[in-house]
Amino acid sequence: MDLHDAQSWLVEFQSQLSLQFQKMPGSAIFLRYVKSSYQNDPIRSAVELFLFLFAIRYLLAPSYSTQKKSYVTLSDEEVDELVDDWTPEPLVAPQTSFEEAENERIPVIVGPTGPKTKLSSGRTVTNLASFNFYNLIGNETLKEKAIQTLRTYGVGPCGPPGFYGTQDVHMKTESDIAAYLGASACIVYAQAFSTISSVIPAFSKRGDIIVADRAVNYAIRKGIQISRSTVRWYDHNNLEDMQRVLERVVKEQAKKPLTRRFIVTEGLFENVGDMADIPKIIELKLRYKFRLILDETWSFGVLGRTGRGITEHQNVDAAEVDMIIGSLAGPLCAGGGFCAGSQEIVEHQRISAAAYTFSAALPAMLATTASEVLHMLETNSDMLTQVKENIKTMWTQLDPRSDWVHCTSSVENPIMILVLKAEVISGKKLTVSDQEQLLQDVVDESLVNGVLITRLKSMPRAINVTAKDIGWELQPALKVCITSGLSKREIEKAGITIRHAITKVVNKRK
Amino acid sequence: MPRKTFNPFAGIWPTSAPQTTPSFSEKSDMSPRKTSLKSPKFTQFFSASPRSKSETQTATASLLAAAATPQAYLNSPSQQISSPTLSLPTISLSTARADSTNTDEPPTTLFQPPSPAEARRIARQHAQFGPLGHSTHRYASRHQGGDFPDPVLDEPPYYYLLTTYISYLILIIFGHVRDFFGKRFREEHYRHLQARNGYAPLNSDFDNFYVRRLKMRINDCFNRPTTGVPGRYITLIDRESDDYNLHFRHTGTTTETLNLSSYNYLGFAQSEGPCADAVEESVKKYGLTLASPRADVGTSDLHMEVEDLIAKFVGKPSSMVFSMGFGTNASAFPALVGKGCLVISDELNHASIRFGSRLSGAMIEMFKHNDVKDLERVLREVISQGQPRTHRPWKKILVVVEGLYSMEGTMCNLPGLIRLKKRYKFNLFVDEAHSIGAIGPNGRGVCDYFGIDPSEVDILMGTLTKSFGANGGYIAGDKATIDKLRVTNAGTIYGEAPPPPVLSQISSALRIITGDLMPGQGEERLQRLAFNSRYVRLGLKRLGFIIYGHDDSPVIPLMLYNPAKIPAFSHEMLKRKISVVVVGYPATPLVSSRARFCVSAAHTKDDLDRLLAACDEIGNVLQLKFSSGIAGGAEPLPEGITPEMEKAWKRSQKGEGRGDLVVQPPRWQLSEVIRRGVTDVKVPLR
Ligand SMILES: Cc1ncc(COP(=O)(O)O)c(C=O)c1O
Repeated sequence: MDLHDAQSWLVEFQSQLSLQFQKMPGSAIFLRYVKSSYQNDPIRSAVELFLFLFAIRYLLAPSYSTQKKSYVTLSDEEVDELVDDWTPEPLVAPQTSFEEAENERIPVIVGPTGPKTKLSSGRTVTNLASFNFYNLIGNETLKEKAIQTLRTYGVGPCGPPGFYGTQDVHMKTESDIAAYLGASACIVYAQAFSTISSVIPAFSKRGDIIVADRAVNYAIRKGIQISRSTVRWYDHNNLEDMQRVLERVVKEQAKKPLTRRFIVTEGLFENVGDMADIPKIIELKLRYKFRLILDETWSFGVLGRTGRGITEHQNVDAAEVDMIIGSLAGPLCAGGGFCAGSQEIVEHQRISAAAYTFSAALPAMLATTASEVLHMLETNSDMLTQVKENIKTMWTQLDPRSDWVHCTSSVENPIMILVLKAEVISGKKLTVSDQEQLLQDVVDESLVNGVLITRLKSMPRAINVTAKDIGWELQPALKVCITSGLSKREIEKAGITIRHAITKVVNKRK
Repeated sequence: MPRKTFNPFAGIWPTSAPQTTPSFSEKSDMSPRKTSLKSPKFTQFFSASPRSKSETQTATASLLAAAATPQAYLNSPSQQISSPTLSLPTISLSTARADSTNTDEPPTTLFQPPSPAEARRIARQHAQFGPLGHSTHRYASRHQGGDFPDPVLDEPPYYYLLTTYISYLILIIFGHVRDFFGKRFREEHYRHLQARNGYAPLNSDFDNFYVRRLKMRINDCFNRPTTGVPGRYITLIDRESDDYNLHFRHTGTTTETLNLSSYNYLGFAQSEGPCADAVEESVKKYGLTLASPRADVGTSDLHMEVEDLIAKFVGKPSSMVFSMGFGTNASAFPALVGKGCLVISDELNHASIRFGSRLSGAMIEMFKHNDVKDLERVLREVISQGQPRTHRPWKKILVVVEGLYSMEGTMCNLPGLIRLKKRYKFNLFVDEAHSIGAIGPNGRGVCDYFGIDPSEVDILMGTLTKSFGANGGYIAGDKATIDKLRVTNAGTIYGEAPPPPVLSQISSALRIITGDLMPGQGEERLQRLAFNSRYVRLGLKRLGFIIYGHDDSPVIPLMLYNPAKIPAFSHEMLKRKISVVVVGYPATPLVSSRARFCVSAAHTKDDLDRLLAACDEIGNVLQLKFSSGIAGGAEPLPEGITPEMEKAWKRSQKGEGRGDLVVQPPRWQLSEVIRRGVTDVKVPLR
């Protein structure tokens, strides 16, 4: 390697030297070089100059001024006085009574989780709240493989991927996912939730443009926020609105230098449960020359005949989507997240995606489990059919059977998002927090009757935000997660319990 | 590149028909591994004595990795490891002690040469965690009282600084010249950097100039793939590049190297022993995940137990765990601060802290790295000026520091911070990612090290990725604070819950550190780490290197300065089968490129001597010994002279023309460094 390095240096040096030499003598050449090289990029020369000046300044011990425009000059005594006077707010505000109750209520599972789960109260309940769609948590093959990995790799890789944290199992998982999806490369992150928040700012910078669905999940919003790009929202799943927004962006930007433009949306929406129309979005993105960042956290491993996600379900070539982000921790029951795309996209993330570069790699046993599950999905499509059957069974129990709620999820989605019907909300004059409370009562009521479900949790408002900072707010909803670990009868029974719980709670409310 | 399927762990993929290769047929012996869970194994963990017959099965099983990387053990860089096959096993003092409690084994077996399988098993065990060489190789990491001094920052002669700038200048000029001609004559190589069909480039050529033209040259020093346990040794997968580091090809071989790169401070990266056994149990019992965020149904009894253990360990009433350290910070700040609040952050704080504080919407101010005076200046200014423009008082101010800085080796000046906190009423957030487990007489982080009551710090955050050999992060604080954070932070609401096996690794590691499990072992790990850290630091200073950081820090940066020395150092180390991390701009300031050693409790003194010898040789070749002596490495004082008397003594010597007040650059002989090291690390380093 050393030799190679030296050789490359030498070869380069020689070639450059000879080229330069031909143009000798005089500094005119250098000037011409600078001119021609920088004529379309004056910032570059400025930055280099700056770099040089910075170097000099660094040597000459910096002394910088912190004077700001509205700076008020005060004497030491005055400052002391102000310091004495200043009383900060407490670090955190006191809990609200709803939050307190929320904390109390978080169910604690004793022992393994599964279709039937034992809670700390001692009761065993039907679990329709984990993303255990394929009942993989108790799978003995997976456990055995994980133990084998443990005995070879230990648990943590004890370092970020750049510094000896990349293990062969990670590379294998990456290539497995890429091959499974039909993308050309893939990168694995240590946590699914942090993945997209880092992917977006790795590519989209200040001045770039992001067009996003109003209903995108919290992680995407945070990614957009970090990127400091210009965001334009379009109405949820409304492609006409999207087209309008795209058109407007193109028109607005026509005279400006070309910047990167992205469309960000989800395959199956975390907050609504419905599906995006990818073929149409791809058509639009190609027409308006945007790149598509698709969050498949909830559709990867779920949609399609073999679980390849929304691209398989809607017959799109995954390579047409610029970046596919998915989770290995949800439906796959392993851990971590990934981003698949072209070689260039993946390699760029290895040095510039914060949650990859500055965080330890995924434990080996979770990586091998993910590979193993992909293999199961690929070879055993019965797994998927069984879940679909159970989803249907649950639908017949809840929508349209229930007078109070309807399901906004796509019929393929094992996570059923149930919201109160509009007429119920208006009839009973329910505010958002009323709905939250009501649905929480439903969750409690069905737990009393032995069925564990959960609520779509919204992020509490950021501290001290004003009303104008708040964009789209999700509608409070129940979340029912279907699993193949329960028989048709059991699903039916659970469905009836949930429906009755809803009826009971809503009726009680005047 | 990632699609290449080099895979020593091929057996994980059932289609690859593992049974066809003889090496994998051994795996069938693996399933009945229950014997390995017998409790005697726990107590014999550090022992080198041969096992009873039932355990040879484990030995075969443990060959799995050896089978996967056969040359690993032939290549073993350590004499200690290869010697058992030649003669009797080396029995260290600690080993002998551990065995003496084990009375049911006939002592004669101690003198039987081990069977080859047994020898390999021991070799494997020692490749993950080396046996303690001598009972004196221990030290308790603790602040010795008095002011906490800032480390002296030594500088190389101006010649080196100048050549560093010139090197970067040349590299940049070359890069631009190459770009200039490349864009004209090899257009296809630049197409992805230019706007194409109406798409702006994903990376403009200016944005990634540094990556293409500087980093690419030394790319083989980064992202080196590994296999197996990142313990005392780490097995690298060899690779080659035919196109100047653009692509790598795996040669199919591996190299076992001494590991000075992983954050395995306490040596818990192990595939056997009590932690791994607990993890195996946990996988069997719980499976691999809870498949839900904590706030839904992702909370199990294991989570509660680990949170309890962590809270007790760090000395806070309450704590919560997350599945990623980065994500812990990213989600904690928005739940703590927001508009109208101010975050004052050390300028060298980790990316996750910057990420989180940017997400929070609070204003961010910086102060000079570890400079309490500068922090006070900033505090006086911001409190007296109030919020920008409106001059309204800040709602709250959160000062964020790290316990131990992973690139500098410095520890935060906690006593100084606490003093300021009392005066200026801010809240203090300490990120103990690297310091938890690694510092303090009980491994409880910076509070433990300085003997400060943890209640003085508002939020103690840390990661479980480093000292505990697991993954994830935690936040500890008052019960009210943590309860509030539980319902208001994104990590609990949306982030996946930490998986059960990872939790078991954490809880067993914590129990070992506190002495609840395998009493004595935790203490040994802590004290070995402290000894090793000081030993390497002192040794390198005496050899004449510029070393950054505080004396008790297990992170030891060795300054390289010139950019060409970055790859050279890494390659030379690799030739000597030592893995080190090298970093340059932009992870460090432009001039201060460095190599970083992360010392571990798993290293023996022999390993460290090997490191010192390698550094000595390389330092001569690469001209790295340029310390001036102001930062340590001085000759020891003669008998009877205490450090307090040093000045007076030197003055008295002056007349005789010997030591004067001018500091001598230290350039010790390696043999002398090694001879004096063990005793000299026990006294304040000089
Ligand atoms: C100070 C600090 N905080 C947080 C982290 C992130 O931790 P993790 O690797 O567990 O994501 C690191 C790790 O590099 C760190 O050094």
